[in-house]
Amino acid sequence: MQPAELSAVDLVAAIRQGDLTAVQCTEAFLERVARLDGSINAFLKVDREGALATAAAIDARRKAGKPLGALAGLPVAVKDALCTRDLPTTCASKMLAGFRPPYDADTVARLRAADAVIVGKTNMDEFAMGGSNENSAFGPVKNPWDLARAPGGSSGGSAACVAADMAPVAIGSDTGGSIRQPAGLCGITGLKPTYGRVSRRGLVAFASSLDQIGPMARSAADCALVLETIAGHDPLDSTSLAADVPRYTELLEQPLTGLRIGRVADHYAAGLDPEVKRGVDEAFAVFEAAGATIHEVELPHAKYGVPTYYLIAPCEASSNLARFDGAHYGHRSNPEGSHRAGSGGQAFESPLVEMYCRSRGEGFGPEVKRRIMLGTYALSAGYYDAYYAKALKVRRLIRQDYLDAFERVDLIGGPVSATPAFKLGEKTGDPLAMYLVDLYTVATNLAGVGGISFPCGFTRGGLPVGFQLQGPALAEPLLLRAADRFQRLTDWHLRRPKQIA
Amino acid sequence: MTKPAATPEPYTTVIGLEVHVQLQTNTKLFCGCSTKFGAPPNTQVCPVCLGLPGSLPVMNRAAFQLAMKAALALECRIAPFTKWDRKNYFYPDLPKGYQISQFDLPFSSDGWLEVVDPKGAFARKVGIIRVHLEEDAGKSMHDEAAGTADTRIDLNRAGTPLCEIVTQPDLRSPQEARAWLNELKLLLVYLGVSDCNMQEGSLRVDANVNLHIPCPDGSVAKTPIVEIKNMNSFRSVERALIYEAARQYDEWQATGAELGTTPKQTRGWDDPAGVTRAQRHKEESSDYRYFPDPDLVPVTVSEAEIAAVRASMGAPPTVLRTTLAERWKISAYDADVLVNQGREIVAYFEEVATRVGEGKVASNWLQQDVLRTLNERGEAIAAFPIRPDALADLIGRVQQGDFDTSRGREIFAEVLASGRSVADVVASLGIAAVGDDELIALCRELITANPKIVADVQGGKEQAAAGLIGQAKKKNPNVNPAKVRQTCIDLIKAM
Repeated sequence: MQPAELSAVDLVAAIRQGDLTAVQCTEAFLERVARLDGSINAFLKVDREGALATAAAIDARRKAGKPLGALAGLPVAVKDALCTRDLPTTCASKMLAGFRPPYDADTVARLRAADAVIVGKTNMDEFAMGGSNENSAFGPVKNPWDLARAPGGSSGGSAACVAADMAPVAIGSDTGGSIRQPAGLCGITGLKPTYGRVSRRGLVAFASSLDQIGPMARSAADCALVLETIAGHDPLDSTSLAADVPRYTELLEQPLTGLRIGRVADHYAAGLDPEVKRGVDEAFAVFEAAGATIHEVELPHAKYGVPTYYLIAPCEASSNLARFDGAHYGHRSNPEGSHRAGSGGQAFESPLVEMYCRSRGEGFGPEVKRRIMLGTYALSAGYYDAYYAKALKVRRLIRQDYLDAFERVDLIGGPVSATPAFKLGEKTGDPLAMYLVDLYTVATNLAGVGGISFPCGFTRGGLPVGFQLQGPALAEPLLLRAADRFQRLTDWHLRRPKQIA
Repeated sequence: MTKPAATPEPYTTVIGLEVHVQLQTNTKLFCGCSTKFGAPPNTQVCPVCLGLPGSLPVMNRAAFQLAMKAALALECRIAPFTKWDRKNYFYPDLPKGYQISQFDLPFSSDGWLEVVDPKGAFARKVGIIRVHLEEDAGKSMHDEAAGTADTRIDLNRAGTPLCEIVTQPDLRSPQEARAWLNELKLLLVYLGVSDCNMQEGSLRVDANVNLHIPCPDGSVAKTPIVEIKNMNSFRSVERALIYEAARQYDEWQATGAELGTTPKQTRGWDDPAGVTRAQRHKEESSDYRYFPDPDLVPVTVSEAEIAAVRASMGAPPTVLRTTLAERWKISAYDADVLVNQGREIVAYFEEVATRVGEGKVASNWLQQDVLRTLNERGEAIAAFPIRPDALADLIGRVQQGDFDTSRGREIFAEVLASGRSVADVVASLGIAAVGDDELIALCRELITANPKIVADVQGGKEQAAAGLIGQAKKKNPNVNPAKVRQTCIDLIKAM
């Protein structure tokens, strides 16, 4: 069997047993990257040399009988929103083109300490703002199932590279659905852990109170393997949770008998694609067959999730992105160039203000600017109470909805997005339509709980359909166990895109 | 409370202060970088205080507790729950594009600090509206000397914990404002909260000032409030306020402009010129778009923590003045002088006084000799070579009558210069106590040689005996003048 066809769990075992070297494994995936990524554009940076050197060092240590980390030799692709000290970190923005952070994100440091092999940085929507990956300053990612379609976003590069077997696992980040939605559209498994479960240190912040890093892989079992390494308390992230990290991989076996899964009627409102609905209904049936019971639950305020999210996230973003001003690092407008170009009739208060305006004007793409403006407006004197403060109140109500629902059920199931992968360019002219791709996912982030998305079928056109399970805080063991059980009973997650096989 | 000193001005000056003090912590408020002053630019920085992408702040609890100490000493109420807010604005010395500060829930509020004029001109409780904690920005150095528009940025200071103390507009004269600042500084230095060094920027003051002018019709005209910035010393604060009050009065007389008719103006103090100047006026006031910092968790403060901080505070200067005066039976004035010199001087004084067994004489030596010498040498008491035991030894010898005070001063100077012990210096100068027999013999000799003085004393002019002292000292420099005088008088009377 080709390494690229093995699960992450099997790859790690094969390398540990000596059936496969880390170098062979890394080369196998790098070969696919070299062959396929020209048409997919999942990677912004492939670190061929660094990855092979790391792999060789791991092989040498294994040979010498030295201890190896839990992920020894496993290739991992990392979203370009996570800082890597030896690789550029751009957030797919011209603003940070070529920027090299002097430190590794906590997640990256944990991966390295576990002897994972970081193969490169994946494409994304600029600063993680978007649901299609079309907001990348370095070109959109193509969905491996149909190269004319979007992979979803913002972790579209991470989703596509796993879907195309260019990496067995990838790291994504999820602020309003950015792991689960692209996982759904690309037919892979993606977990957004409980807020604070994985340290945010070194994740370039989009919306600090919503951002969460998580694993993306072909199966729930592979996600469990990676989460075991990247989860845990970080004293240098004040919002990191101090709870112990369970052995997720060892908690998958227990059957689902007696598990109560909630179904939300609102999820079936107009706009849900019938083929997605069919996949979701079939998934509920699979869970019932596995011993779970299905219960109708209500999340009465979830319908305000999108507007609430599109106030809180831009407000935080407008402040988080203020540091990209050209003064200390990142893109700075060339003053000579701008003088030649003239001021376009714009009068600036001072050369400093001109430098700020030009640097940010040139460095940020349109969606980032749109959200900075939204957030700046909503936080302004006279508007704060009507927008930001009100959104915080609704957020509390949404959180309470979840707490109430989880009194009655163990997990909540439903679609991860209303439609399968849409065509590139289909929604780019309509920001509001694009914002609705987060319809089923934003409430999870607002509530701070966890969610997992995995394939539950395919459309007649051959596009994957995703199913989402959401759980209470720190219910990752249950989310992973339920998704893993589903994957033992179905084979949707094993299907591979034909176009690129 | 006494009334402020009567002023000849036809108005009352109303002053409120906004004081920023850097806390004396080892590390910054949200990262582990050193806060030491004077390091080469940008050497005490890390991803957090540089505001690099992905970096996250973690609150320094020690800094928070130090700020609590200041707030408790200012009689503030400590909030059981407080949070961090972002104050958003763009400036190159603010690398994140926002300052982590406290907006609507400061960690403490509603306190006061009394200012007392030892001359009795005023004693006033000045209300504190709030004390909050925030991070400092970096420093911009505009390189105008080089003839370029270059600005250099030093971020060593960025992230240093800063306490902002905002008073009520309770101060009524520039002199009082200065005295209050002195009292505040003394308090904060006593508590070890801040070194309050204005030259190094660890204490910065802005003042809000306007005038209340009684009018003939019985109404009171209020001039527009002006904020004064750029004052580099307490003396500058006083001078700027004096200037500004006079300026506002002139302006009011010229224009009649009153509070509320114009937006609040900011003026900068030009120290060499001795004037305040209007700073560039912005059309709109800044909108900092405060909101809670989502990278930080709210801070809860327990009664136990407040009690622990309170227990670690030690006596504040106001309390110390009273206890010192009572314990050592020294005047309020003397206690004030000693306390105003700082905690180390007080400790030194108390050790000397304890060893000598008396406060007044120790206080005199401290004020007349030790403090004067420290001033001349520009030294701190910690580096002063004569330690309290040595000074007590010296004072003890004077009290025993081994030698007089002026001789004691010579010994003090010699000990200071040579670094030797008091006993060594006494021995090397040949100073030995003069025995009673020796003294009587010497006095007899003098009486025999000075019949005129003897006659004067016998005639009732005892003060004439003073004429013998100089002669006695020539014969034996170690004699105690008082003893010589008394012995001679006794001998003459017995004749």
